[in-house]
Amino acid sequence: MTDHPTVEVSRLQELVYELKIEDVMKREVVAVTPQTSMREFKELLRLKRISGAPVVEGDTLVGIISLEDLIKALEDGEMDNLVGSKMSSRVETLFSDDSAVQAVNRMARFGYGRFPVVDRSGKLVGILTRGDILRGLLRRLEVNYREEEIQRYRASHIFEDIVSDRTSLILRYQVQGKDFRQGGAASSKIKRAIERLGGGPPIARRVGVAAYEAEMNLVIHTDQGGEMKVEIQPDRVYILAEDQGPGIADIEQALLPGFSTAPEWIREMGFGAGMGLLNIKHCTDAMELDSKPGVGTRLEMWFHIPPPESVQKQREDLL
Amino acid sequence: MDLKAVLEVLEGEVFSPPPGLSSTADEDLHKLEFSCGGAADLMSDVLAFARPDSLLLTGLTHPQVVRTAEMAGILALVFVRGKHPPPETAALAAEVGIPLLGTRYKMYEACGRLYAAGLPGTGFPDLYALPYGMGK
Repeated sequence: MTDHPTVEVSRLQELVYELKIEDVMKREVVAVTPQTSMREFKELLRLKRISGAPVVEGDTLVGIISLEDLIKALEDGEMDNLVGSKMSSRVETLFSDDSAVQAVNRMARFGYGRFPVVDRSGKLVGILTRGDILRGLLRRLEVNYREEEIQRYRASHIFEDIVSDRTSLILRYQVQGKDFRQGGAASSKIKRAIERLGGGPPIARRVGVAAYEAEMNLVIHTDQGGEMKVEIQPDRVYILAEDQGPGIADIEQALLPGFSTAPEWIREMGFGAGMGLLNIKHCTDAMELDSKPGVGTRLEMWFHIPPPESVQKQREDLL
Repeated sequence: MDLKAVLEVLEGEVFSPPPGLSSTADEDLHKLEFSCGGAADLMSDVLAFARPDSLLLTGLTHPQVVRTAEMAGILALVFVRGKHPPPETAALAAEVGIPLLGTRYKMYEACGRLYAAGLPGTGFPDLYALPYGMGK
């Protein structure tokens, strides 16, 4: 299965546009009131290690005050004056639901490094700096990268890294007989393995359903349980469910829809309705059932994994 | 139809929320979208006839219902007739990431309400038709 560098570029662009200011802004805003003195403001900058603050009255934004204003007050010996007399009242703000791109554009246009963020009712809800946008983008990219990494950890990688004439991955699971509660645990792991190895949802579902039916058969019909062996190759999955249980007397009859030998307690749980083998046949590309009464049962299942569309397309283009 | 609409139509409740989402935030409830719905107490039939990305209504609450949903690609379960899932079912549901919902409506009425509200069924079964590998 192939990588898609072009898709990745557009995904990065998408991320930048998707990122909302509210996703990256700081919500804990250090604000001052117009009645704060410039001396107190200086202390606040030192303690909080910031270089400016919005000025509020209640929830309402009335101005902004910066390090520059403080330096000016220091020069003019006006440190006992109030913030209200030194702040800029004309404040450029951003809306919390604006995109990060809009924020970057406004920062470039006004030359400010910091914007108070208000909601649509004008209430101050956060503050945004260039650093916040950068951090938010990097975080988003990292999450995205991890998701993609998981997605891309595919069969082809294992099968390409390890070179042999024919490589396959074999997984074995012991299934306990009559352990209804644990039934399905193996199939769940098998399905997840297929997904992790890059099988898409349709193939994972087919394998999962067939494996689960087979596993429940081991749980329901045998006392000692049995083993499930899964062999995964880049283009196919093979599952063998084998037990030394009671065996099937008449295989043709067992394949008929509705025919079942399941005990009553299993039927009450909604299983053993005589659909299992038929459903397995439906989910697999090939199925073989071999059984002798008193000896045991071997159920083999084959699944073809269709090549990814891109590869299929390339092949068609070549032909 | 999304989870929010399902809960409204069934006057339902959320026993365990979708993974990573809140059971109360509207925007989260809109995120889970079902392509169709089905109802059964027979898990064998669910495995045979269910469609991926669907919603399953059932009266059974044991953990194998969750396993069945996981294998069949069912997105969420609704327990009808006011049934609550036992802890082991809720635990498995949380583990595999399948939200559990409940409604006090009985099966017939719960289905009828959802169908009338626009959640389609799964159509005719294709179990007896060609196997997956052929013609699909």
